[in-house]
Formats: sequence, C-alpha cells, structure tokens
Amino acid sequence: MTEIEVTAIRKDFPILSRKVNGQDLVYLDNAATSQTPLQVIEAIVHYYSHYNANIHRGVHSLSQEATEAYEAARIKIQKHFNAAHAYEVILTSGTTHAINIVASGFETLLQAGDELLVSALEHHSNIVPWQMLCEKTGAVLKVIPMLQNGTLDMAAYQRLLGAKTKLVFCNHVSNALGTVNPIEEIISAAHAMGAAVLIDGAQAAPHIQADVQALDVDFYTVSAHKICGPTGVGMLYGKEKWLEKLPPYQGGGEMIATVSFEKTTYAGLPHKFEAGTPNISGGIAFGAALDYMHSIGFIAIATYEQQLLEYATKTLLEIEGLVIYGTAAQKTAVISFNIKGLHPYDIGSILDQMGVAVRTGHHCAQPIMDYYQIPGTVRASFSFYNTFKEVDLLVAAVKKAKSMLC
Amino acid sequence: MLDTIENIQAEIVEEFAFFEDWMQRYEHMISLGKSLPIIDVAYKNEDHLIKGCQSKVWVHAALENNQLVFTADSEAIITKGIIAILIRAFSHQKPMDILNASTGFIDEIGLKEHLSATRANGLVSMIKQIKLYAVAYQTQVKDTD
Repeated sequence: MTEIEVTAIRKDFPILSRKVNGQDLVYLDNAATSQTPLQVIEAIVHYYSHYNANIHRGVHSLSQEATEAYEAARIKIQKHFNAAHAYEVILTSGTTHAINIVASGFETLLQAGDELLVSALEHHSNIVPWQMLCEKTGAVLKVIPMLQNGTLDMAAYQRLLGAKTKLVFCNHVSNALGTVNPIEEIISAAHAMGAAVLIDGAQAAPHIQADVQALDVDFYTVSAHKICGPTGVGMLYGKEKWLEKLPPYQGGGEMIATVSFEKTTYAGLPHKFEAGTPNISGGIAFGAALDYMHSIGFIAIATYEQQLLEYATKTLLEIEGLVIYGTAAQKTAVISFNIKGLHPYDIGSILDQMGVAVRTGHHCAQPIMDYYQIPGTVRASFSFYNTFKEVDLLVAAVKKAKSMLC
Repeated sequence: MLDTIENIQAEIVEEFAFFEDWMQRYEHMISLGKSLPIIDVAYKNEDHLIKGCQSKVWVHAALENNQLVFTADSEAIITKGIIAILIRAFSHQKPMDILNASTGFIDEIGLKEHLSATRANGLVSMIKQIKLYAVAYQTQVKDTD
C-alpha cells in the first residue's frame, strides 16, 4: 500500500481525525480493538433505519429481510474462514463467549485424570474457562512452556502430548507479544494423539486469513471488533462432528425444536448454540467488516503492517534502555516494550497526554509477565490505517516520556 | 506548629494554578514523587497494599504525638507524585481533622482531568485508605486537653 492509498483509507475512519488532549490522535491500541470504518457504521445505521426486526421468527417482511441479511453475514463469515458449512459458524458475543461454549460443552466429554494442554502465551479468556472446567471434571491442566523470545517450546509440547490429552488450546497470535504460533504443527501433533484443538484467532483475524479446513482445526474463535467490526459479536467455528457432540450452552428461545413441560428437543446447528435474540446488527456488521477488509486485501494489509512493524522496531530500539518483549521471527505488528527503570503506566500516561493511545499493563496475560518478571509492558499495536509518520510520533513521544521520567 | 489541612490544600492549589500546560504539571508531580516519604520496607506487604490501583501502591500510617504520619511507595513515579500530594495534605495531622477535611482540592488542581479513569479510581482508593487510617487511629488519640 502506498502513502496515498493509506491516506485514502484513513478517510473511511472518522475517529482517526479527532484530537485527544489537544493533540492529533495516534491510535496504536489496535490489538485491544480496531477502529470502525464508515462502511461498517453505515451497515448498522441502515439496519436500524430500514429493517430492524427479530430474526427467524416473524412472517412479516422486515423479519424476513433481517433474517436474510443475518444469514448472508453468516455465509460471508463461512466463506472468509473457508468453513465446510454455514451451520458450523456459530455467532457469539465474541471470543470469550465462544471459548466458554466449548469449555462448558466438554464437561460432558471429560473424565477425571484427562489432560488439557494450554499454551503459556494465552489471554486469560483462554485460561480461566478451562481451569473452571478442570475444577468441575477433575481433568488436569498442563502448560506448554514459552521461551525467552516469546515463542512456544515445541519440544516440550511434544513431550506433554500423551494418550490422556483430550484437548489443546492455543492462540493463533499472542495478544501480548504478537508471536504467530505454529498452529499447523500444534494441530497435527494433537490429532496424532487423538486430541481436539481450539485455536483462539482473536489476534490473528485482523492480519491473517485463516482457512479452517486447510488447518484441520476443530474449533476457531474470533471477535469482530478486532477486525473493523462492532463489539459484542464474534464467531465460534466448530467442525460439525464436534458441535454435534457438545450439549447446548444456554437454554432459551431460538435454540429449541419443540418445548413442552415434559421435554424439550433442541434445534440443529447453528441454532442449538444461539439461544435468545442475537446481536443482529452486529452480525450483519461483522459481514460488512469482512467485506471492507477484503476490499483492501489481506495480503496487502499483512505486507504493509510488516513494513510498519519493521520500521517501528528499528526506530524504537534506537532509544537507549528500551527492551522489546517477544522477538519471534513470525510476528504480527505488535511491539511490547519497557524502558529500563521505568514503569509502563508512567510511559503510557505521558504518551496519552501526547495523543498516542497505547495499552499498558499485563494485557490480560499475567503468566507471560510473570515469565519475564515484569509488572507489565507498553504495547503499541498497528493496523493497516496507521502511518510511518505515526510511528515517528510514537518514537518521539517515548523519547519525551523517557526524558521526563528519568 | 503545623499548618492546617485547609491551608496546605490551598497552597497546593495555588502551586498547580501556576502551571500552564500538562507537561509542567506532570513534571511537578514527578518531582513530588521523588520526594515522597518512603514506607519502611517491612510494611511493603499485602496488608498495606491499596486495592483498586493499577500500579502497586503501599501506604502506612503511624500515630506520633496524636498525629498521623503517613509513608508510602509505588512502582510508578506519577502514582508516587499523586500519593505525595495527598500525604503533604494529610500527614502530621490529627485523625479527627483528617476525617473532617474536604478533598475538593483534588478537583481544583485538575489532577483528575489528567488521569485515566483507572488512575482516577486509584486516587479515590488512596483517599479512602487515608480516611480509613484516620478512623482506625481516632480511638487511640489521647485526650490531652
């Protein structure tokens, strides 16, 4: 992407032209949430202005239009991730919800002593639901350790895999460090031992178009708001054979076939997991967000973001005392760093005064911070709408923070 | 004879009014942070940790001559600056005076505007802890009048 193209893209994002603390906003917290283009905002406005109705219920025209738009979005999502069937795409409130559906469902499939493997690089949302599952079932949670450069210890993973391993869960990309994990290898090794695999794709989705069939992954989860869509909607992809095995997560409307006080029979996929009125505008806007991303192109996005990452890494490392955590060869455009002797909150506070939005803290990945024995990091995460000039502004702001704080 | 809480607070407000931009305020807070009366390492534990702060903050209080004396520490220098301002306003005062004191000066110096929501909550937690210490020590004050 050229500078001219990025300038044009930025016009799609009204928020990028606002000021923060009197300064031009430099938004570098894209790993927390991405900004929303007009095309997606318009999809939401259009829904509420023209065909707001409950779906899968009414015979009236509005309900049918809304149902068609919602199901069309499901098909867009299916095509994007190359799922074999649209009904393997469960629309959820986000990644956390998606993981909880699987964790809750496995309660009926596990026995005491079964083993679950979790990577050391996980977000709390891919740790806690499994710990809760282990408490309920007596299954044992084992950790695939990480190495100093922020990658997984794959030799240790091979050693941990065994006949008792029932499930392996790992993120495609680490939210705290940006490491791209070797999920193909993780999946095939787990399958060789008969274990299922859940990949948390929340951080990968904005940068990498995953093909769930090529990956042969059992479950893949995504949040729309990381990929230019709205908050409160996401996806659980599951292979049909697994989704059929799992019991429903919540009871309610939509997820039933017949209800009497004696017995209720459940609806088929995907509705079995979609109790209640869903986030209809959100689902439709999720589809619009994928359309938007494709209009730019995932290869163009990845190539440009890698250039930003390379430039930002090089210029930040010129600052004396700056340490980058996570130096894997395969990384998305995320830089987690500290300056020796300074607390990340102090740096983040001063950056905010200068209009630069970064995340500071443990990034909901405390085990990684414990590994490095640090309270947290400053994390700058880039998107395709960020510019090289913004990288310069970040570097200048970090230098200013350093001079004020030291 | 120490100044009253009210006078000290007025002095802090006046001091901050002098600064023209955020950078000067921050620089001032950072330098105040460096002058914070540091908590004895023996008290730097879970019991003295303030809940609700994003960076760790420890506060200790002791009664000396019927006055509460505060010491504190934090991992983050700007947080140390904030707690230093509070300690300047409330340390070496009688527990009852601390309990009765207004905290409006915090709004007057515009501190909250320059703090993130989570930090502003931390500030509220710090004030609450100082007041709680005053409640706890109030009963131990010897009636000398």
